[in-house]
Amino acid sequence: MKVKELCEKLGWETVFGDGENEITGGIYCCDLLSIVMGRAPAGSLWITVMANVNAMAVATLADTACVVLAENMRMDEEAAAGAEKGNVTVLCSGKPVFETAAEAAKLLELI
Amino acid sequence: MTVNSLHYHYDVPGDDFTRAGVASGAVKQILKQLGLNPETVRKMSIALYEAEINMVIHGGGGVIDIDIDDDKIVALVSDQGPGIEDLDLAMQEGWSTASEQERNLGFGAGMGLPNMKKYSDELEINSEVGVGTSVKITVNIEKSGEQRD
Ligand SMILES: Nc1ncnc2c1ncn2[C@@H]1O[C@H](COP(=O)(O)OP(=O)(O)OP(=O)(O)O)[C@@H](O)[C@H]1O
Ligand SMILES: [Mg+2]
Repeated sequence: MKVKELCEKLGWETVFGDGENEITGGIYCCDLLSIVMGRAPAGSLWITVMANVNAMAVATLADTACVVLAENMRMDEEAAAGAEKGNVTVLCSGKPVFETAAEAAKLLELI
Repeated sequence: MTVNSLHYHYDVPGDDFTRAGVASGAVKQILKQLGLNPETVRKMSIALYEAEINMVIHGGGGVIDIDIDDDKIVALVSDQGPGIEDLDLAMQEGWSTASEQERNLGFGAGMGLPNMKKYSDELEINSEVGVGTSVKITVNIEKSGEQRD
């Protein structure tokens, strides 16, 4: 499933990007950046509350399909610039990490 | 060194967390444009980012030199910072001296050096207290691998 399709179905807000990436690496949840760097599969839907520019760099370099900001977290200007530079699709969910992941997992038929 | 080898140099300022990752991002773009296997690109991107961010956070900034040959990519990341006192300890998963402020930004899991080890084909670290740290990351370019965008 494409990121934008999932986003639409779950009513998440698209903060940045076209959502054209295919989700091929399942779902990954974590906020510590080098754990994400080392363990998030390429093409994964990464759910976090870390909305800073460094998170955008991690998404870019580790090839996640997108970043989903849980708990209605918002990027600052630097983070937004980072998302643009790395062409990262950033979505925003108003729910906590677990609920966000559980809803996505159902749709992706992972659970 | 072959005739076809490419070289790139980056100066990385210290303590500017917002700029950290800029050089790694630029290198990733170059590797992608060369049409290298995505997994090869990903390996170097991850290992180089961890070295770059360590240089910014712990090493006070420094330089990155990239050499791309037919069969491998080599990144040399060097700083003249405080150095690493006990490298074996630093290589352990979870060991970190990151500050409270750095932890609040998402750093300090103590996974950067283990990630470099995991994603490089060869890793050489030289560090001396009071002199600095240099990290040499080698990622092989698989000839047999499928070449995709
Ligand atoms: N270039 C460097 N100069 C001085 N010390 C360093 C350097 N690189 C690493 N270190 C030391 O090694 C420790 C472990 O590094 P590592 O990258 O594994 O974890 P971290 O940077 O603390 O956290 P993380 O990378 O998970 O965000 C650091 O906390 C720091 O004490
Ligand atoms: Mg580190």
